[in-house]
Amino acid sequence: MGGMTTDIKLIDEKGLRLDGRRPDEMRPLRIEAGVLKRADGSAYVEWGLNKVMAAVYGPRECHPRHLQNPERALVQCIYNMASFSVDDRKRPGPDRRSHEISKIIAEALTHVVFTEYFPRTSIDVYIEVLQANAGTRCAGLTAASVALADAGVPMRDLVASCAAGKVADTVVLDLGKEEDNFGQADIPVGFVPRTNEIVLLQMDGDLTNDEFTKGVNMAVGACKKVYEVQRDALKRRYSARAADEGVPGPAEEKREVA
Amino acid sequence: MGKDVVADLKKDYISKLLAKDMRADGRKLDEMRPLTIETDFIKSAEGSARVTLGNTQVIVGVKLILGEPFPDTPNSGVLTTNAELIPMASETFESGPPDRESIEVARVIDRGIREGHAVDMSKLVVEAGKEVWIMFVDVHVLDYDGNLFDAANIGANAALKTAVVPASRHGKGEDYPLPVLHQPISITAVKIDGKIMVDPTHDEERVADARLTAATIENGNLCAMQKGLDGAFTVEEVFKIVDLSRRLGAEARSKF
Repeated sequence: MGGMTTDIKLIDEKGLRLDGRRPDEMRPLRIEAGVLKRADGSAYVEWGLNKVMAAVYGPRECHPRHLQNPERALVQCIYNMASFSVDDRKRPGPDRRSHEISKIIAEALTHVVFTEYFPRTSIDVYIEVLQANAGTRCAGLTAASVALADAGVPMRDLVASCAAGKVADTVVLDLGKEEDNFGQADIPVGFVPRTNEIVLLQMDGDLTNDEFTKGVNMAVGACKKVYEVQRDALKRRYSARAADEGVPGPAEEKREVA
Repeated sequence: MGKDVVADLKKDYISKLLAKDMRADGRKLDEMRPLTIETDFIKSAEGSARVTLGNTQVIVGVKLILGEPFPDTPNSGVLTTNAELIPMASETFESGPPDRESIEVARVIDRGIREGHAVDMSKLVVEAGKEVWIMFVDVHVLDYDGNLFDAANIGANAALKTAVVPASRHGKGEDYPLPVLHQPISITAVKIDGKIMVDPTHDEERVADARLTAATIENGNLCAMQKGLDGAFTVEEVFKIVDLSRRLGAEARSKF
């Protein structure tokens, strides 16, 4: 965790958090699919104060060539934070944290993509964090799987992602920035709802066994909600596209906010 | 890790054994390889350990230098963890700047030490906000036969436990032992053919579907976790690995 101490009361007398949320409440989530013109697929996620864009190119020729797999597509990911996405300007370019996040997100996505359909190719996923407020890897993974679906990449399912954690000795869902900085633990989870599989899992901080069990179950439950928002974004995207082509489709569904 | 054809052949062998709950080296699924720890191996380091876990061999060296604290943590020393997967240790390692694999190893080791409060960082302050000890934990892999995470984690814990703050050399008073609080021990398990096994060898890692590392401290609490590879775990499998980690971590800790 951030390792900083504070006088800020992360949970008040009523059991509410800094931004008024209950412990098991997620920040508002909004997802738009197909927001970029050049990319084969894209998605934009606003999750609390996070603003994250994901783009997918491919399947396309694999670079670097020596990484080509004669049997499968390679899912590559670059997670990047814009220099202006945090209070203190971040030095542009990859750092060790972003390398690690890129790696685990690529691994999580590889699990759901039918990579065997596209031997020798690369499917490149780019995640740009435009505004960061804790939980950007979950927002990035959530956006990336919508962008993959938007690109028409065949997938077993979407990956939905959300974190749980511990603040003021309470297990809570979806940590905000102050909670991340001053909290006691963080557990980002990436989950495949159709198969009930965990494809991304990290943890840092201090948790008893019971707290960990509760946290993972809470995060998995939230992933199922995130999944509904992801599906809704894709449905709206394709309803709009069908409407453009004069195909009669279901009336545009109301934008869902979890 | 580089591609190789041998992996496919070994996968068949490993799978056939696994169907009978057996492993190529005769271990049980929940059995670690023999662990040896030799501390104070490097005299030029402030603390060091050579660890062998089966055929995997790593050296961890701890160095301390004076420097400035981070602005947001003026009352805390600084921890920097690095892992070098040098070509000596495996035909799949290349020299050059750290790749994603070595960055992941280093960051998972770092997370265990940091979040498990292996060292009381508040005791590494010379002058608050101005001068603190910067602690470098450097992992050098000499022989790679899988499970770098645990070998390096155990090496880091052992090296820290014997480290001495070189205060006199820097004119900051008398040397004192590094203020160690906990031993956060990580245990790594992989999933192959739906079965969970701990402390994978290189061959097992190459064919594994998913990997999970969990670090616990003395009271059994979790302090760090990392899932890796492109396979998946069920929630129940995660809980099972956490239980294994707690039990095997305590066993490893008793060897210190």
